[in-house]
Amino acid sequence: MKWETVIGLETHAQLSTRSKIFSGAATAYGAAPNVQACAVDIALPGVLPVLNREVVTKAIRLGLAVGARINPRSIFARKNYFYPDLPKGYQISQYEIPIVEGGSLTVLVDGQEKTVRLTRAHLEEDAGKSLHEDYHGATGIDLNRAGTPLLEIVTEPDMRSAAEAVAYARALHALVRWIDICDGNMQEGSFRCDANVSVRPAGSDKLGTRTEIKNLNSFRFLERAIEFEVRRQIEVIEDGGTIVQETRLYDSDRDETRTMRTKEDAHDYRYFPDPDLLPLAITPAWVDEVRAGLPELPQAKCARFIAEYGLTAYDAAVLTGSREMAAYFEQAARGAEAQTAKLCANWIAGNLSARLNESNLEIEASKIGPEMLRGLIDRVVDGTISGKIAKDVFDAMWGGEARGRNAAETIIAARGWKQISDSGEIEKIVDQVLAANPQQVADYRSGKEKAFNSLVGQAMKATKGKANPQQVNEILKRKLGG
Amino acid sequence: MIPYTAAFFKGFYRGFMALTIDDVKRVAHLARIAVEEAEAKTALGQLTGIFGLIEQMQAVDVAGIEPMAHAQDIVLRLRDDVVTEHDQRELFQAIAPQVEAGLYLVPKVIE
Amino acid sequence: MLNSTLASLSRELAAKKLSSVEASEYYINRINRLSNKYNCFITLNEELSLAQARAADQLRAAGRAQPLTGVPIAQKDIFCTKGWLTTCGSKILSNFVSPYDAHVVERLNAAGAVNLGKTNMDEFAMGSSNETSYYGPVKNPWDVSTVPGGSSGGSAAAVAARLVPAATGTDTGGSIRQPAALTGISGLKPTYGVVSRYGMIAFASSLDQAGPMARTAEDLALMLNAMAGFDERDSTSLRRDPEDYGRDLARPIAGLRVGLPKEFFADGVSPDVAKALDEAIAQYKKLGCEMVEVALPNMALSVPVYYVLAPAEASSNLARFDGARYGYRAKEYADLLDMYKRTRAEGFGAEVKRRILIGTYVLSHGYYDAYYIRAQKLRRLIAQDFAAAFEKCDIIMGPTTPTTAFKLGEKAADPVQMYLSDIYTIAVNLAGLPGMSIPCGFDGKGLPVGLQIIGDYFREAQMLNVAHQYQLATDWHERMPSGILSEG
Repeated sequence: MKWETVIGLETHAQLSTRSKIFSGAATAYGAAPNVQACAVDIALPGVLPVLNREVVTKAIRLGLAVGARINPRSIFARKNYFYPDLPKGYQISQYEIPIVEGGSLTVLVDGQEKTVRLTRAHLEEDAGKSLHEDYHGATGIDLNRAGTPLLEIVTEPDMRSAAEAVAYARALHALVRWIDICDGNMQEGSFRCDANVSVRPAGSDKLGTRTEIKNLNSFRFLERAIEFEVRRQIEVIEDGGTIVQETRLYDSDRDETRTMRTKEDAHDYRYFPDPDLLPLAITPAWVDEVRAGLPELPQAKCARFIAEYGLTAYDAAVLTGSREMAAYFEQAARGAEAQTAKLCANWIAGNLSARLNESNLEIEASKIGPEMLRGLIDRVVDGTISGKIAKDVFDAMWGGEARGRNAAETIIAARGWKQISDSGEIEKIVDQVLAANPQQVADYRSGKEKAFNSLVGQAMKATKGKANPQQVNEILKRKLGG
Repeated sequence: MIPYTAAFFKGFYRGFMALTIDDVKRVAHLARIAVEEAEAKTALGQLTGIFGLIEQMQAVDVAGIEPMAHAQDIVLRLRDDVVTEHDQRELFQAIAPQVEAGLYLVPKVIE
Repeated sequence: MLNSTLASLSRELAAKKLSSVEASEYYINRINRLSNKYNCFITLNEELSLAQARAADQLRAAGRAQPLTGVPIAQKDIFCTKGWLTTCGSKILSNFVSPYDAHVVERLNAAGAVNLGKTNMDEFAMGSSNETSYYGPVKNPWDVSTVPGGSSGGSAAAVAARLVPAATGTDTGGSIRQPAALTGISGLKPTYGVVSRYGMIAFASSLDQAGPMARTAEDLALMLNAMAGFDERDSTSLRRDPEDYGRDLARPIAGLRVGLPKEFFADGVSPDVAKALDEAIAQYKKLGCEMVEVALPNMALSVPVYYVLAPAEASSNLARFDGARYGYRAKEYADLLDMYKRTRAEGFGAEVKRRILIGTYVLSHGYYDAYYIRAQKLRRLIAQDFAAAFEKCDIIMGPTTPTTAFKLGEKAADPVQMYLSDIYTIAVNLAGLPGMSIPCGFDGKGLPVGLQIIGDYFREAQMLNVAHQYQLATDWHERMPSGILSEG
């Protein structure tokens, strides 16, 4: 039987604020245990929550970025359960009326556009951390993270493969950083996904029983966990079994998912509106103000890059992967013709990205600025250097041989890399090559096309790559044919 | 109390959501309160009486009425995103049952 | 000094006829002699109290005194008080020395009041007789075989026994007004949101409100001036201009329309209470008030509604008492779950556990709409009844309680009977309105009767005016229990 995979994602994005969602304690990562857990965070008797305005603004930003509805009135509820990292015995979250409802995110998967609908996004507080190292048989509780603001972003079950899920997660990750609401640091847990996975016979419109895989904190784990879980579910069903609705954990060491010891009464959270918090009101004026402060969004920018610079959809998508990369491109390609813009795109997505990766640098910290790169590309376009030499110039620029807009010219001049386009000079060199390689000449004339390439290579070698390859071709052809 | 309740409920609502000993135990577990069998029985009797009182609510037609969560019909006040709290760990942990290395200690959590 | 009011003490202190240390020592001495008899304090700390008194005297010497500077008061043990044991009447907080001050405590400290101790109370304010305290029941100074009411029974008894001229209380379903009525003193629950709940250990967050307990309306105004005020740490605290709650005390009340809800005068009221009430109404007529019949048709529903909403909120509010970060932790346990269950089973008393069970049940899956949502809808009906009544009158009057003080142990075994003793007070909390109780006579056994005065939202000054005018014309508030003059 053919099976179809159905995936929905729930993503917890930590909102990058200075203070916590309901208290004035700091949210900085990596502090000593419990020094950022104030009276409210440790739930002393009598303390009360007060909502951080910035958290709301950031949620509105997301809502606007995904074309969702911002609810003019949303409600905070208590989700009640006992756990030592949950000091109040309840988590303040939003249940019946979240701040953001609806919206969608369109992503590219294998060149195809895929739209993932969002169900909702709601505000909630994070829990603390349980440290299971052995403290004389006890567990240690650090409440620094308790009360850190989270935006939980929930999709409809719209994804049909692990690849689609990863594409969505990457796009959302890029978006939350783009609109500056989350630092996206997955190692520190600032962006983590839960995947709801089920399978059904292809063509069926009934959803199968789903399992939820918790706390996937890398795109690779997300992909592998879903792939494993899909295989597991199909095997279970094909062996005549049934899928149990449960929460599972992904073990990256073994590359498998397994049942999480279910919290017995997990299904009875006794949600009710938090009486300590009044309804959250968001006026149209506030929404307008937030909208006015939003940067151009990736999809709009992507469309503009295609229209304005003649980029392919793929290139435009790559360049709008982050706000910084898009800004870099726009600076590099300022006022450029399509050919130059295309080269800018190629260089940024290719050599520059590779080099940044190797050096573990963000594009803002690139040793080659956008104008410097453009200086190089302009020299390729005007024929001063070949594409091959350009790579050497790039390396020299990266190595710091020259700086600024004219760095490429400086290096080309200093190294004597200017392309030879003087046909007389090239003719001389070609004559020398022909004279030195009678065998290849004979081979070519007897029909071995390959010999021609070898002769081109010899001529290029003789000019240390500086000869204009097109001219070398033409002259050789003329001389051999003549 | 309310004139219509006594007779009305006896006829109609008796047994409506009648509480059982299992309900008491389930709820006590949810609330993390240990109960002995005898305590659960006593609690069942008392809770049944209290729910008899509570069930009077069912006699009123509440269609179309908006639930009232707060005394004042006002909206949430918000605070600026400013760090106002500073480290008071020592003060707070001075009254903790068990701490080590700045951590609150609890019996082992088994995942 | 025995029968001094807060106002008269304030005047004597201002005239430097008396120092704060002298006044404090006088009351500390009385407390030392009598507090065991009534069991109205949980914690006393002479050293801290006298240090505050000395500081108050210095403040006065420096010319920076306010009306409450140097006057002795007591704090209900529900208010977190830095450096003081703050138990909320519970074993689970029996070792909790608060690391911070409640807003009410901060404000009274800033006003220069001297805290003489933390008063006994029903555990987590859940009770109407002060019998649910881990620290034992409080005895009513008018008859030590009867209850003082609850949950602010310790504060009420301390004021009635003249161990302190005024004290703080909290009122979720009548916890200021009912004990005030049963001990013959005055008590005011302000409009919800007027006094900050920050640092007041939560019972039912949407209903809890702190207020003053004293002997006279004038004293209540002095206390409320210090206690009320906006607090940014409580999201339900209302941002309003500060007001002098005593500004209208002297205003004549002729022409005032007093609403008498017919439901308050139905069968449930005992004859003695009804008689005292009739006399109080006659007195108000003499003062020129006009009596208007009004209706609160859903009032009887307030008890069932309250016993859904309050326990639901409480079951969640009390989840933080888990033995992990502060307070009592069971001595023996097998694992985490067992630690939670034993800590809470041993740390909470029977009434608190009962309400946690009710609250957990009504919120649990499948029952939420039938109980919680329905109760919230009825809550609106009850509030709307008051709104309709206030169209026809300026102020509402009725009994505070159906009977005078009942015997210790009389209702302890029957929660439903106990709950019904708050029948006249609960609706006010559900609506969020201000309510107060003032003494208006005695029953045949010499036990005090309370008159309840309910105002529209933010009409505390008017209510105090109405109460003060009555107290100018009567002397019920001057009466003293005879037992308070002797020890044991």
